[in-house]
Amino acid sequence: MQLTMSVTRTRAKLALRLGQCAKALAVLGLMGAPAVADVLPDDRADVLYHNYDGGGITIQGPSVLVRKKVGDNISFTGSYYEDLISSASIDVKLSASPYHETRKQEGGSVDFLHGKTIYTVGYIHSREPDYTANTSYFAISQNMFGDLTTVSFGYRRGWDNVFRDIKVNGVIQNDPAFHDRADHRAYTLSVSQILTRNAILDLNFGAITDQGYLANPYRKVRYFDPTIPGKQFTLADQIYPRTHTSSAASVQYKYYLPYRAAVTGQYRFYNDTWGITGNTFEVDYIQPAFDHRIWGGGLVFDGSLRFYTQNHANFYSDLFPRALYQNFEGRDRELAAFNSYSIGFGTAYEFHIPGAPWINKSSITFHINHLLIDYKDFRNALLAGNGTFTAGTEPLYKLNANIFQLFVSVWY
Amino acid sequence: MGVSSKLNPGASRFGDARKSCTKCMVMLVVLGALAGCAPIQPWVKPYEREHFADPIMAFGRDPISASYIDHVYEAREGSRGATGGVGGGCGCN
Repeated sequence: MQLTMSVTRTRAKLALRLGQCAKALAVLGLMGAPAVADVLPDDRADVLYHNYDGGGITIQGPSVLVRKKVGDNISFTGSYYEDLISSASIDVKLSASPYHETRKQEGGSVDFLHGKTIYTVGYIHSREPDYTANTSYFAISQNMFGDLTTVSFGYRRGWDNVFRDIKVNGVIQNDPAFHDRADHRAYTLSVSQILTRNAILDLNFGAITDQGYLANPYRKVRYFDPTIPGKQFTLADQIYPRTHTSSAASVQYKYYLPYRAAVTGQYRFYNDTWGITGNTFEVDYIQPAFDHRIWGGGLVFDGSLRFYTQNHANFYSDLFPRALYQNFEGRDRELAAFNSYSIGFGTAYEFHIPGAPWINKSSITFHINHLLIDYKDFRNALLAGNGTFTAGTEPLYKLNANIFQLFVSVWY
Repeated sequence: MGVSSKLNPGASRFGDARKSCTKCMVMLVVLGALAGCAPIQPWVKPYEREHFADPIMAFGRDPISASYIDHVYEAREGSRGATGGVGGGCGCN
């Protein structure tokens, strides 16, 4: 029986689960925005095509988000997301085989407005060949203090099933000897506060706990092994803790400039029980170029700069001294120490569709981001044994990726 | 000044101070209660919030895009959460 590492890493899938949480909480975020205080989200439909290309991985696919109010107090939201993944990343090359797979995700939620309070319930289901996830969430948002303040609280619960694919006689299937679970709980609290007629502050706190199989069944650790000529390392299974708790706090400040533009500054602090501490800094700028009320169309430009830094988890090592060196061992890149730099640029063209009076506004938007991750203690193990490098002497790995988004939005 | 103060001036001053203190406390309690009943006056009036109605002032102006890009980061970094209500969506590695 040949193991074929044909699917995504579990860490990404865990992140996916959290992404589902975040998507759920996006509702909260919208409710927290002052422009829609104590009113339901706008009726809106978005169709997006996304493309990620970097580090030997291409991920692309469509995404759809539709919102529709029914009456004055209820709004329904439906979403669909698809990833078409083609991966030959450094991890896959080291311990597995290049693969292609598809992930699909559907979600739905209901917002109920009562007075100055919005209640939200939602459900998300995601599936791929070796991972299924079900997530439910609840959120409540309340306006107060003359509608200058919006306080939101959210809770999410997730149930995941983790499988591992193997190739049997050329056919990829779930390994009957491996099945585990991972459960998640997340709590969020956010406060949105109008400070002046031009400034708003957003404070967020989030705590997440995970329990279950949190490792990646495909990725490996490596340990020093002088008996292996050239490379001088041997691969072994990762051993992760079965619990993980994290907390994060962020602040966002947005200011309206006198010439109709806005600048946003963000900072986030993160800390978890695996010993990772992260800091995120981001600055965004948005500039409408033309007023569509004058000539029927408009352009909106935006740009962003983002910097992220983290230390490594306390059970992470790029190269362990020997086999079973410690009780928990991991070599996932996401657990390493690194700096991440990102620059983004976007353009939106807003227009009206003639002959469709039921459509209030439309736009088509293009976004591009470039991401550079500069690892401090994750080496390019593929170069070991090439005559120049041995284990632990390879150059540090860098990831360069381009991220494209093209989407059409319609307000009705 | 009454008779008792003539007989014991120290006690009178102490009594006056205690009465004054009591009056102050009562006034503070009453004022506090009144303040508790009064709604907080918004220092940014509703008619001064036109800038917040502008879509460029919304956090997460395009939720579908913000969710996607946020998850791109989340899948590659150790940090998660407290993203201000935007994020999530893709399974990327």
